[in-house]
Amino acid sequence: MQRRRAAGVFLILLALCAEPLWAQAPAAAGATSPTSASPQANQDASQLNARLAQLEQQVADAHSAGDNAWMLVCAALVLMMTGPGLALFYGGLVRQKNVLATMMQSFALMAVVTVVWAVVGYSLCFHTGNPFVGGFGYSFLRGVGSAPNPDYAATIPQQTFMVYQLMFAIITPALITGSIAERARFSALMLFMVLWSLLVYSPMAHMVWGAGGLLNNSGGKFPTLDFAGGTVVHITSGVSALVAALYFGKRVGYPKQPMPPHSVVLSFIGASLLWVGWFGFNAGSALAANGLATSAFVATHFAAASATLGWAGAEWVRNGKPSVLGAISGAVAGLVAITPASGFVGPRAALVIGLVAGVGCYLMVAAVKAKFGYDDSLDAFGVHGAGGTIGAILTGVFAKSSVNPVFHDPAGKVLPVGMLEGNAGQVLYQLIGVAIAWVLAIVGSLVILKIADLLIGVRATQEEEVEGLDVSQHGEEGYNLEAQ
Amino acid sequence: MTKIEAIIQTSRFESVKDALKEAGIEGMTVTEVRGHGRQKGHTEIYRGREYSMDLLPKTKVELVVADRLVETAIEAILKSARTGKIGDGKIFLTKIDEAIRIRNEERGENAL
Repeated sequence: MQRRRAAGVFLILLALCAEPLWAQAPAAAGATSPTSASPQANQDASQLNARLAQLEQQVADAHSAGDNAWMLVCAALVLMMTGPGLALFYGGLVRQKNVLATMMQSFALMAVVTVVWAVVGYSLCFHTGNPFVGGFGYSFLRGVGSAPNPDYAATIPQQTFMVYQLMFAIITPALITGSIAERARFSALMLFMVLWSLLVYSPMAHMVWGAGGLLNNSGGKFPTLDFAGGTVVHITSGVSALVAALYFGKRVGYPKQPMPPHSVVLSFIGASLLWVGWFGFNAGSALAANGLATSAFVATHFAAASATLGWAGAEWVRNGKPSVLGAISGAVAGLVAITPASGFVGPRAALVIGLVAGVGCYLMVAAVKAKFGYDDSLDAFGVHGAGGTIGAILTGVFAKSSVNPVFHDPAGKVLPVGMLEGNAGQVLYQLIGVAIAWVLAIVGSLVILKIADLLIGVRATQEEEVEGLDVSQHGEEGYNLEAQ
Repeated sequence: MTKIEAIIQTSRFESVKDALKEAGIEGMTVTEVRGHGRQKGHTEIYRGREYSMDLLPKTKVELVVADRLVETAIEAILKSARTGKIGDGKIFLTKIDEAIRIRNEERGENAL
């Protein structure tokens, strides 16, 4: 890639050096034989045009090579967030008897959602359809090849865009599994996820990111800013997680029986991988290796840092000690909250958003959850639902046209984007986007839970749950320490 | 013959092992155990939820010795296991009727 790019740059330089020579050539020819100049000049001009066209093509190829290299790496980084990132993060938080089942819930989605995506998922998200959901034109990935789709990313193969977006579609349902950890029946959960992917994720992704979508920030009826998935990924998954936790009911023994994480070490590794993977998630959402990607990368990192300090600091004040679990949970909360904002805000706003999310999500899981008594086992709602909502709203406050000039008037003049810039109405649009995501997640999840429950039964039996899902659902144990 | 069961602070195990060796006691069986006596446990907090951990990790050392060596062994353990704080553990003694070496069926003190 780099070689091709270097070759492109070299050719441009060559062209710049050569131009004066050509410019002089006709003049010199004219001086000696003015009458015979015309056919010679025409030939020169056509040669020149051909070379220019070739050069333009090579420059475009070099540009595409750079963007494509970056986007393929980003796609891999986002997949790494699910496995091993989320799998370890969640796996460490459950009890020992459920570690494998919890990891499997994430890993299985890497396979299941991929198949759904190929059949119809990508199409429902990104093919032209109505404002609410995409059409079937890309079913079985028909026509999704190496040619770019200028509606989304003009410099990379559509196939790259497709596989990058797939990684988002994988991690989103995987996030839900945190709220119903340690008690779901595997078969029913997979059915739930297939339906959820089609009925909740696809419409939301289409509304926000799809061409012609209701909430699309260029041309949608309610232009909502969501750079990398605050509404599409985190609100839909977090709110669905809350609905699922309420529908499933509490784990056997909750809250009387202690259920501390069996290995904060695993969670620590998972959260650290999530932090790195999130650069692919947010910076990659620029869909090019450009300055906006850098800006999103920086914002992402700064928000994670301040949220870490926010959560751990709040704990320190309240309990007298900053915990490791608090620090890593804070980082994830900050990463969640900056997701919608990452391509619209600068580093200072990112620090503020992270801090608000770190403290806010801590209060959600430590105070609000205890008050209402629901069993959101691994705080999928407390972190993703709450963090996503905070982030989506604050995006409307802090978005800056100097970071990302998304709005123009018909004459092409750049318009203010966020509230602090003078576009107060944006907060309203953000709230509309948030509300639609909440309603879709609540209604969609309830219907799907009911279907999965009637067909299979979503919850493991009490015996299965007490025995542990590793043995009861998969016939394995995470730690066979006696095995020699 | 007497069985000595000493439940000690895990952090003192290495020095107990050395002290017993110095006192000429050969052989021991060691188990990682959890428990509590009069010592209170501690609280752990995960995402705002408090868990009181009253079963603490300890190390149990078991050895069977000839009766004439019992006091030597006890003294070695007492000296090496003590930190002076609550939670240092306990020693229990039991009479042993018989001991048999599996390899050659030797019995009694010879089997120790």
